[in-house]
Amino acid sequence: MRRLLILLPPLAWLLLLVAAPLLILGLIAFAEAGPGVPPFIPPVAWAGGPAWQGSLESLGTLIADPYYLEAFLRSLLTAFVTAALCLLLAYPMALGIAGARPSWRLPLLLLVLLPFWTGFLPRLGAWIGLLRDGGWVNGVLCLAGIGPLRLLYSDLALYLGMVHAYLPFAVLPLATALLRRDTSLEEAAADLGAKPLTVFGSVTLPLSLPAAASAFLLVFIPAAGEFVIPELLGPPEAQLVGRVLWGEFFQNRDWPLAAALALALLLLLLPPILLFQRLGRRA
Amino acid sequence: MRRIGLAFGLLFLWAPISLMVFYAFSADRIPFQWGGWSLRWFAALAANERMREAALLSLRIAAGAATLSMLLGGLAGWALARFGPFRGRVLLGALAGAPLVLPEVVTGLSLLLLFVLAQGAVEAWLGWAPGRGAVTILLAHATIGLAYVTVVVQARLATVDPSLEEAAADLGAGPFTTFRTVTLPLIAPSLAAGWLLAFTLSLDDVVVASFVSGPAGTTLPMLVFSALKVGLTPEVNALAAIVLAVAALAVGGAGLILGRRANGAG
Repeated sequence: MRRLLILLPPLAWLLLLVAAPLLILGLIAFAEAGPGVPPFIPPVAWAGGPAWQGSLESLGTLIADPYYLEAFLRSLLTAFVTAALCLLLAYPMALGIAGARPSWRLPLLLLVLLPFWTGFLPRLGAWIGLLRDGGWVNGVLCLAGIGPLRLLYSDLALYLGMVHAYLPFAVLPLATALLRRDTSLEEAAADLGAKPLTVFGSVTLPLSLPAAASAFLLVFIPAAGEFVIPELLGPPEAQLVGRVLWGEFFQNRDWPLAAALALALLLLLLPPILLFQRLGRRA
Repeated sequence: MRRIGLAFGLLFLWAPISLMVFYAFSADRIPFQWGGWSLRWFAALAANERMREAALLSLRIAAGAATLSMLLGGLAGWALARFGPFRGRVLLGALAGAPLVLPEVVTGLSLLLLFVLAQGAVEAWLGWAPGRGAVTILLAHATIGLAYVTVVVQARLATVDPSLEEAAADLGAGPFTTFRTVTLPLIAPSLAAGWLLAFTLSLDDVVVASFVSGPAGTTLPMLVFSALKVGLTPEVNALAAIVLAVAALAVGGAGLILGRRANGAG
């Protein structure tokens, strides 16, 4: 009885505000767009008994129109490059934190995580201010005899913003894993005559691979659906899924197509999400 | 080598933010352009009625959502950590974890569709339905925050020996007394951390809020987002400096408390 009292409020909340919305989303993806408020014809008619009146038009559009296929491919590529860059930057950072004196570790870790707490938009604002045509970075480039270059609203700006936003996510699992690792294995390898680089390559790196995979996925999953960063920093032609979905919903008011895009994105991200949870359970 | 990597990463993370804070005190109309020391943009920000209203709305939504998240997430985390295997455990875990991994656009759109259908149903029933705005944003943010609090509380309870609670029960404490005197003090720091996390996430969210809000509810991030689409203004720059200072104080304070506790325990 007491258990039920504890369990019921969160479970009811989650069923209503997580499960039900996703089911509705899946259903609306099969609806037909139409005039009115809301701008679609429900796929199931209730008057006089339930009757199916849905259509596969929106889901078909996703496959038939290369614009959408391209958006998905571009999103996956952007997420992959972002996650790879984050991993490349985060690994030496995590090693540096794990190798620091014990009293320094927590402050250093906080220093990495603090930007995450300073707000997402202010940090994007900083990049806009730095990269704009007459901006700070272009000023420095001019002094060096290069430029001015078109930096803002380019792929470079997009990746700078993405990596800056997601880097803390990649450092955290790596630093945790490297801090917890058993250094006696590395000492043993060194005692047996392995050079530092060999120790790293044959002991440290392989042992940290699960954490590296977690870090990669922790960036890849949210990056694949990202909307705000491409919108504020990316080139106009960088039509990633998040942006396309936003446009279909807010500009074209095609709710079924937006729902179909969301459903497709969800199905596409399901394998990495399941892999991530599996890695998390093992750790 | 590893020190250079760490230094480079920290420089990359902090250089744009530090420059932004520095230039918030510049008098020049163009952001990131030095025009002498000045507080004029902070004054302009304080005088901006729309910004003030949006900030107040955002703070109220964030506080309400964080509190709901803390209560519901605390219960969910407790059930997942302490109830052992039970029917619905997998479902609860999956649903509580979903907002952590769902893309923001998916969360936003799916919640909006629910709210629209609910509005339609209420309207068919009563002939009138409340509009979308602060309340729908609050419900959405509480759901996202719930997921984070659940993880934090569950992780904390996993490290707490259940025999402490059993001992209290064996000594004759009722369930409520056991909770109040043993469990609650043990999980209070993680509840507080979860509240702060949910509060910050709510204050930072543009995407979900844009989907589920109506014409009446413009939060601060929504306002800042539409400003940034045109470019960086010195007012937004000043706002960013304030946000950063508050975040630095909060995290620095939390770090000091945690660090002192860790040192004291060790």
